[in-house]
Amino acid sequence: MSTRVRGRVWRFGDDVDTDAMAPWNTISLPFEERRRHVLQIRPEFARDVKPGDVIVAGRNWGCGSSREHAPENLKRLGVGGVVAESFGRIYFRNGIAMAFPQLACPGIHAACAEGDDLEFDVRSGRVVNHTRGTELEAPPYTDQMLAILEAGGLLEVLQRRRAAAGATGRA
Amino acid sequence: MGMTMAEKVLARASGRDAVTPGAYVTAKADRVMAHEAFTICALKLLKLGIESVFDPERVLVILDHYFPAPTEQMARGHALARELSERFAIRHFLGHAGICHQVLTERGHILPGQLVFGSDSHSTTYGALGAAGNGIGLTEMTYVLATGELWLRVPPTIRFELDGELQPGVMSKDVMLYLTGAFGTDVAQYRAIEYAGEAAERMTIASRMTLANMGAELGAKFAFFAADERTREYLAPRVGGDVPRFGPDADARYEAVHRVHVGGLEPQIACPSNPGNVKPVSEVRGVRVHQAFLGSCTNARLEDLAVAARILRGRAVCDRTRLIVTPASHQVYLDATRAGYTEILLEAGAHITASGCGACPGGHNGVVGPGEVCLSSTNRNFRGRMGSPEADIYLASPASVAAAAVAGEIVDPREFWGSP
Ligand code: SF4
Repeated sequence: MSTRVRGRVWRFGDDVDTDAMAPWNTISLPFEERRRHVLQIRPEFARDVKPGDVIVAGRNWGCGSSREHAPENLKRLGVGGVVAESFGRIYFRNGIAMAFPQLACPGIHAACAEGDDLEFDVRSGRVVNHTRGTELEAPPYTDQMLAILEAGGLLEVLQRRRAAAGATGRA
Repeated sequence: MGMTMAEKVLARASGRDAVTPGAYVTAKADRVMAHEAFTICALKLLKLGIESVFDPERVLVILDHYFPAPTEQMARGHALARELSERFAIRHFLGHAGICHQVLTERGHILPGQLVFGSDSHSTTYGALGAAGNGIGLTEMTYVLATGELWLRVPPTIRFELDGELQPGVMSKDVMLYLTGAFGTDVAQYRAIEYAGEAAERMTIASRMTLANMGAELGAKFAFFAADERTREYLAPRVGGDVPRFGPDADARYEAVHRVHVGGLEPQIACPSNPGNVKPVSEVRGVRVHQAFLGSCTNARLEDLAVAARILRGRAVCDRTRLIVTPASHQVYLDATRAGYTEILLEAGAHITASGCGACPGGHNGVVGPGEVCLSSTNRNFRGRMGSPEADIYLASPASVAAAAVAGEIVDPREFWGSP
């Protein structure tokens, strides 16, 4: 799985919580019923988002609960990845565990407008705004985070680990 | 060089002598707690051909978010959780004991210095006993159940020194809300917290749990209190053995130390729709309340019910307001009944439900409708959290919730502190 993402920007503000991405009363529904409830703070989002689009957010994107449906909903809607000023930590880790590229990049919110053409690479930490011809540097992923992302998620890592240990019914 | 509590736990759990903030370690779990998420995790394990967990003795499974099951779908999930926990030989299936964080704590499953992974963001609660409680999602929980370990970054620690003595009618929840309001809900993002100072030392374990619990609302990875004499007194009868002392080294290094004087603090209210949108009660009073909710892992312990009983004794809940009380655990319910609190609450007009998460995440037992206002003792007031996205949720202490139930609107609970 690639560490680089390029797409059109949807821009959100600070403190968008996991309830906004995955309301509690929708999380046991099949994805097709869940999808229209995702980020209802901008009702057009779930309707108009295109595969490969990128989310740019302010501080504390994904604050709140440990529910994995939050990054999962975005990934399944086709969002290529998220670049935010900062993330809720459990949400961020859930993203890595399911191989959804996200980068914490201070300064990104002011450096982007809705609809910009944005590219980022979690391996180098480079963020390029092609619409404006500007560039930012963010702390890149560590080797361990990259290994999880490139394997396609933490369960893939688990499976490989078992295969290496000779699948004994235990990990 | 000295270490913080977070550094000490992670050094031990990763088999090192010392660690410093920013290092990445693979840490071994002392305890693993999974609530309803267990069903999905166990099914994922079976799909991968994994038939056992890393150590069935260290895993606890609890059904709390939807207990008793409000729908047939949930009932099926619970039945599956029970079957799967048998199949995986889980030693502690505490299916119906109450809210996970309360149950693990009150039953002596948590010890100072432990590393605990929980499938719930408020696993920071275990920090009240000096343990490193860490919330994780389903995929990571599946991995931990299989391997018993997880990668973690060693966090820097910020320390809140709480000075002074709380006024009567002001609770640790008010301190907590003051912190989210004054410092912001991301002040401890990617960090650990240590709560210290004379006010922290004086707090009961129950009051400490409120602050450790809502460490999550400050963004924290762990939220510790040092394990002291109070911790020992609390745990000794529950574990039937020695309770280790555990705290930071005197020369530990902190990223920041914030001194907070709590003596003059007035009751605090978090307004819609973020736990950081906090105002002193004097600026919010008069807001009509349709549902007053006393529940959750934040504030529904015996001392919280005692405070509510103190305020409601000889008073009546306002006709236009419903007061719902959901004790944090079955044990709390029993203890409150023995102490006479439940009778006082019922007499005043409260509705007491079975223990569990109940209305807190909007599951059942008090879901709010459009246009309604709920004053809640819980930890999150995000839009839609307790039901309709068109409801307004305010967060407050159990004292404020009980007082509002009587007045029908947000009021200063100190006016209700004495007998009627
Ligand atoms: S009571 Fe509320 S905050 Fe606590 S574990 Fe249950 S849903 Fe989460």
